[in-house]
Amino acid sequence: MGSSGSHATVIPDGDSIRRETGFSQASLLRLYHRFRALDRNKKGYLSRMDLQQIGALAVNPLGDRIIDSFFPDGSQRVDFSGFVRVLAHFRPVDEEEAGIRDPKQPEPLNSRMNKLRFAFQLYDLDRDGKISRHEMLQVLRLMVGVQVTEEQLESIADRTVQEADEDGDGAVSFLEFTKSLEKMNIEQKMSIRILK
Amino acid sequence: MFLLLPFDSLIVSLLGLSLTVLFTLLLVFIIVPAVFGVSFGIRKLYMKTLLKIFAWATLRMERGAKEKNHQLYKPYTNGIIAKDPTSLEEEIKEIRRSGSSKALDNTPEFELSDIFYFCRKGMETIMDDEVTKRFSAEELESWNLLSRTNYNFQYISLRLTVLWGLGVLVRYCFLLPLRVALAFTGIGLLVVGTTLVGYLPNGRLKEFLSKHVHLMCYRICVRALTAIITYHDRKNRPRNGGICVANHTSPIDVIILASDGYYAMVGQVHGGLMGVIQRAMVKACPHVWFERSEVKDRHLVAKRLTEHVQDKSKLPILIFPEGTCINNTSVMMFKKGSFEVGATVYPVAIKYDPQFGDAFWNSSKYGMVTYLLRMMTSWAIVCSVWYLPPMTREADEDAVQFANRVKSAIARQGGLVDLLWDGGLKREKVKDTFKEEQQKLYSKMIVGNQEDRSRS
Repeated sequence: MGSSGSHATVIPDGDSIRRETGFSQASLLRLYHRFRALDRNKKGYLSRMDLQQIGALAVNPLGDRIIDSFFPDGSQRVDFSGFVRVLAHFRPVDEEEAGIRDPKQPEPLNSRMNKLRFAFQLYDLDRDGKISRHEMLQVLRLMVGVQVTEEQLESIADRTVQEADEDGDGAVSFLEFTKSLEKMNIEQKMSIRILK
Repeated sequence: MFLLLPFDSLIVSLLGLSLTVLFTLLLVFIIVPAVFGVSFGIRKLYMKTLLKIFAWATLRMERGAKEKNHQLYKPYTNGIIAKDPTSLEEEIKEIRRSGSSKALDNTPEFELSDIFYFCRKGMETIMDDEVTKRFSAEELESWNLLSRTNYNFQYISLRLTVLWGLGVLVRYCFLLPLRVALAFTGIGLLVVGTTLVGYLPNGRLKEFLSKHVHLMCYRICVRALTAIITYHDRKNRPRNGGICVANHTSPIDVIILASDGYYAMVGQVHGGLMGVIQRAMVKACPHVWFERSEVKDRHLVAKRLTEHVQDKSKLPILIFPEGTCINNTSVMMFKKGSFEVGATVYPVAIKYDPQFGDAFWNSSKYGMVTYLLRMMTSWAIVCSVWYLPPMTREADEDAVQFANRVKSAIARQGGLVDLLWDGGLKREKVKDTFKEEQQKLYSKMIVGNQEDRSRS
């Protein structure tokens, strides 16, 4: 009686996940416990509804977009490795690690470029590599709700696209996006530190 | 055949003798003190011995882990990520400041970087939020020899396993039958006692007997769970015409409070054994039982509560305003119904020590019977009860503010986290009104600045 409460400390594919994401064994264990706590019906994977149940996420204006980032390509389930792969983008950048990195290896998930790419995808819904004026409007509308009029929002969207757009195609490409944010301390603002 | 007979009767007589001894012990050491409300201190001694054993067990596990060069998994109740408590405005301003070289008084309306704030906040809640962890049992920092709370199985040595095995034997073969016998005695006496008292005519004798029958039976139930309760500030105990509110962790809360005071219960009419108990109890003194259909009607509920409270001869009502069981690390939103009635509120804080047995009822995981069996096979239920000074609603506050004030007082006393979230989030999604508040705050940052610009 009660053995159902025991926590398996063996994570499936633990080693390969650790190599891919760069999380320490201790952090991975904590995230695994969190994954299992969110997976209420013990299915072994998370559905959109499991994430929507998080109260503090549901009140976040970009909550739905953030949830979508866990389900790329129209999938309806995310297993633990998929879960951690997204969260790995927010791993704090380790200065030493960045220095000794082998340039032939693929970039770590939490590099500056990858963090920017993640934020870019929150804007770029149709994944065409550009943030159109329409997509900008959509994100703005999510963030302000009904508080701002359509005209005000349109003028804000126009101005933002104009400022960032360099080649004049009326949309913000990824390069233009990174250029306009080149001074930003992305490493710090898009990082979440897991306690040891 | 002839040889078997003497053995047979020997076994039977041995059995009979041991049962008689057991029951006499039961009577002398448990039931008689329960009737009179005194205690021999056996339970406190038991508690101290157990604590020493737990400390030893944890040391062995740490040693085992060190030998393998690993670290024990230690759960964090305060969350697994580092958070800084800054507001939306401050964060976004900081993000903008770090990204642009423009002067601060030319603060632009909207920046592409604003999205980072919401993005990171969202990810933080996915990694760790305040509410989800309140609906599962609190995790312990040291092991208490129950397999249900162990997260580090691979570090248990042979000696620890033997100790654990002994523990299982003691809990299942000795404590469990004892507790079940006590529980049956307690409930049986309650039903029989209250029915008998119900036959008496209304008057001082009936009240006196009813009170003592209730108290006696609840005390037996307390011993059936081996509950070791410390009451603080008993001078603030609820009086007639008041409402007693407490934080809710499990159905056992009722037994714990009712064994130290005489309350009128509020609840839904159930079928089965609960229904029998409810019907018997109401014969001896007036409790407030609602039919399932009546529960939905808030006005009816409020009316009946008000009627009960205004009759000074009736007992104080016991209510749990959270509406659902929380895992005793936090207090969630109090429903305002009981705070609108206008009576004096007597707040009570209950804090369990999960080291000896976790009292939280995870109703999505366990049914009532499984839960009670788990309770009866734990070491003990140890808790502290604080009776806080009575509070009344002030002229300038509404029911919700009053409810929050009482909730903060209870959280502060019990050392629990005070949350504004609704316990109903266990089963339902959060309302959209909270999202609108965030959107309003952000809109001020974008559009509010525009007004300044047009002025300049």
